[in-house]
Amino acid sequence: MSFGLSFWVSLIAVLALILVAWVGVEGAKLNFLFGAIIPYVAIAIFVVGMIYRILKWASIPLPFRIPTTTGQQKSLPWIKQNKIENPSTALGAAIRMVFEVLLFRSLFRNMRTELRPGPRLSFASAKWLWLAALAFHYSFLIILIRHLRLFIEPVPSPVKFLEMIDSFFQVWVPLVYITDLMLIGAVTYLLLRRVFIPQMRYISLPSDYFPLFLILGIGITGGLMRYFYKVNVVGIKELTMGLINFSPKIPEGIGVLFYIHLFLVSTLFAYFPFSKLMHMAGVFLSPTRNIANNNRAKRHINPWNYPVKVHTYEEYEDDYREFMKDAGLPLEKED
Amino acid sequence: MAEVEKKEEREVPYYETVLGASPEKLATVDYKPPAKPWMDVPPKFKKLDYLNPAKVKWMKVIDLPFPREWSPPDEDWKLPENWKEIFLNGMEDRLKRFRSFQLFMDICVRCGACADKCQFFIGGGDPKNMPVLRAELLRSIYRRYFTTSGKILGKIAGARELTVDVIKELFKYSFQCTECRRCSVFCPYGIDMAEITMIARELLLLLGMHVNWAIEPVGKSFLTGNHMGLLPHTIKDFMDEYRDELEKITGFKVDVPMNRKGAEILYIVPSGDFFDERGVILTIATLLYFYHIGLDYTWSTYTSEGGNFGLFTSHEMIKRLNAKMYAEAKRLKVKWILGGECGHMWRVINQYMGTVNGPADFLEEPVSPITGTKFENAKDTKMVHIAEFTADLIRHGKLKLDPSRNDHVIATYHDSCNPSRAMGLFEEPRYIIKNVCNNFYEMPESCIREKTFCCGGGAGLGTDEQLETLLRGNFPRSNATKHVHEKFGVNRLLCMCAIDRAVLSMGLSYWCPQVTVGGVHELLANALVIPGESPRTVDLRRQPLKRPITPGKIAGKEA
Repeated sequence: MSFGLSFWVSLIAVLALILVAWVGVEGAKLNFLFGAIIPYVAIAIFVVGMIYRILKWASIPLPFRIPTTTGQQKSLPWIKQNKIENPSTALGAAIRMVFEVLLFRSLFRNMRTELRPGPRLSFASAKWLWLAALAFHYSFLIILIRHLRLFIEPVPSPVKFLEMIDSFFQVWVPLVYITDLMLIGAVTYLLLRRVFIPQMRYISLPSDYFPLFLILGIGITGGLMRYFYKVNVVGIKELTMGLINFSPKIPEGIGVLFYIHLFLVSTLFAYFPFSKLMHMAGVFLSPTRNIANNNRAKRHINPWNYPVKVHTYEEYEDDYREFMKDAGLPLEKED
Repeated sequence: MAEVEKKEEREVPYYETVLGASPEKLATVDYKPPAKPWMDVPPKFKKLDYLNPAKVKWMKVIDLPFPREWSPPDEDWKLPENWKEIFLNGMEDRLKRFRSFQLFMDICVRCGACADKCQFFIGGGDPKNMPVLRAELLRSIYRRYFTTSGKILGKIAGARELTVDVIKELFKYSFQCTECRRCSVFCPYGIDMAEITMIARELLLLLGMHVNWAIEPVGKSFLTGNHMGLLPHTIKDFMDEYRDELEKITGFKVDVPMNRKGAEILYIVPSGDFFDERGVILTIATLLYFYHIGLDYTWSTYTSEGGNFGLFTSHEMIKRLNAKMYAEAKRLKVKWILGGECGHMWRVINQYMGTVNGPADFLEEPVSPITGTKFENAKDTKMVHIAEFTADLIRHGKLKLDPSRNDHVIATYHDSCNPSRAMGLFEEPRYIIKNVCNNFYEMPESCIREKTFCCGGGAGLGTDEQLETLLRGNFPRSNATKHVHEKFGVNRLLCMCAIDRAVLSMGLSYWCPQVTVGGVHELLANALVIPGESPRTVDLRRQPLKRPITPGKIAGKEA
């Protein structure tokens, strides 16, 4: 798959999705389909798909205990063990996972290796990927939480509080949310590094560009609705409340931009369980991170451990008895 | 091995002559990926730069399927008729048996954090040696045959057909990965290339394809107990010779207990310690050390190999070879097992042994006979690392040490991949080194401990059959060594791994010939102050000491 094809196929796919929603709502007036049926189907696919994938992973045995140890092991009592990077207990492994999931610990180690004349290898700090990844995931999470205001009436105070923090800078009318800018910025960075770093470009697939374009599309349509083309917020809330209460209503005059936004979000949800985005759940099951390095102290059981053919000592002695005898090595059987 | 010894006497680095390229030239790496998409770039097998296939004889010894004569540059690899079916069935079976494999096929986001972490990519620039892409070689097949999107969308979903060229590509790159796990340290999801390489090699093995550098040691280990195929009487002869050499140097005449029943401890080392020149010095050092502490132990010819090339072959083979350790411990009625300086041996002991061949309920929980320390961390597997054992002795003041006896050595320490990233053995060896050697300098933080580089020869790659790849893979480690050599005058690269001792020596002879390689316990034995010692002017490798040893004196002063 060439770069051009990967990139353009993904971009065109997202543009096509936008067009479908636009034509569907503006042209064919399929407001109920786009406003209710598709969101329901998408959420159903998301929930069922996620559960299916997680159960499937979890049902596969973990034959060996293979943590990647990134700190001092537990050995002698006076040697300080790194209980998080090289846990020997389930609690330690759980803390390691917290660091991994909430702070992207491993990505934080990232550095750039450069070959300079000499020849001389040098290692430079490279935290941009970590920073962008963190900015992207957290702003996405906060934006999701902010959207709860559309599904709960009255709006819970934690959501209001979050909105207040998020619009801390108090610029623009309506107030600009920092996370909106962070999301767009981070996704753009993640996209540009795929395009401009030759190695990244070489390994990137349509399934790498597509979610980026899709999320960018969601961010942009969301931003347009909030900051530029005011949509009927009251109508939207009526619709979302209808969805959450399983009595879908399609109010008039919401605006096509909303339907495009909702369709892209629905696509993201439906696409999620079939894609690399499943890393969100998969990271919790990663056997190099989520288990303790205590194999020598506590036996790990492999459910499919089976007997194998070995070369026994008796066979060995039979093979070499004369040599062993001449060399004066002790024997089990003298002849 | 003969090659290694030959080149060390030459003025011009031997490998430079063989390769026809100076280090400066070889280290000019072009990182620019080809214009063609990677799926369209067929694998090439450059002359004298691939590993030779497993020989029929050794395949048969260990019951491997489809033994045959073939060679990577050949057009026809003589694959079995239903090769595709075998391969895909094998894949399906492993997806069901290894959560790691299924998960690592599913969750990679291709963020590229692993790309410049692999020594083979850093030193060679081939994009298919970026761990992410090396894994995609197999992942693309997974998508095509085991995911709905891949079946329907094909290339757009990153899927591709399984062809003979794909098999050739998998063969090439599975043997340009040393299963060192450095990439897995940096992966945000802990995806472990070693795990993927291990499965890829198992799949190739189903088609009767593997490399002789791994399969011959496996076969020999199966029959004779060690990778080199040393027979029991040969080992005995060698050990007698080393005992005599020790006597000549130090005046101490020691016992060499072999296959002795009723000893307290069974001592298992990589077989390199019986023949490789640096390993042999380690053996001589160990004989002196154990004599000094009066250890009740035994060597064994049946388990004359701590290493386990089964790890580089298949999960089943790990178990088949490892089984000897417990079997021999049981037969000799020892209490517990002590393991020597070896790398992947410790990955097997720490992450596989208890699971595949345990429980070792016929052994006792390991206790140091000298200090009484219980090795709680090894209470199930009942096997203790010699660095743990020695660090405990030093801590309890049980060894009289004179580090000035190593003043001719300026040392740095290379963490071996497996004890680092599959165990976490970082402080024990450093504690020993700091107690036995006055001049110790670390390499840069980015390439030691969990971030250590591989020597370039692990996982069955440690041969000059694939010389260029080996030297390129070795480059990052040797380059860091060169850095501390230039900065601090380092002249000895210490390590705790037999493959390291051999491969780092090969690599350094090309990249930084001023530095030699050796084991940690060699320096320990050098520094031992033993009652009744004789005066001497050389260390255990017969290198002149800075200050001759006068019995009873430490650092030139009365003890």
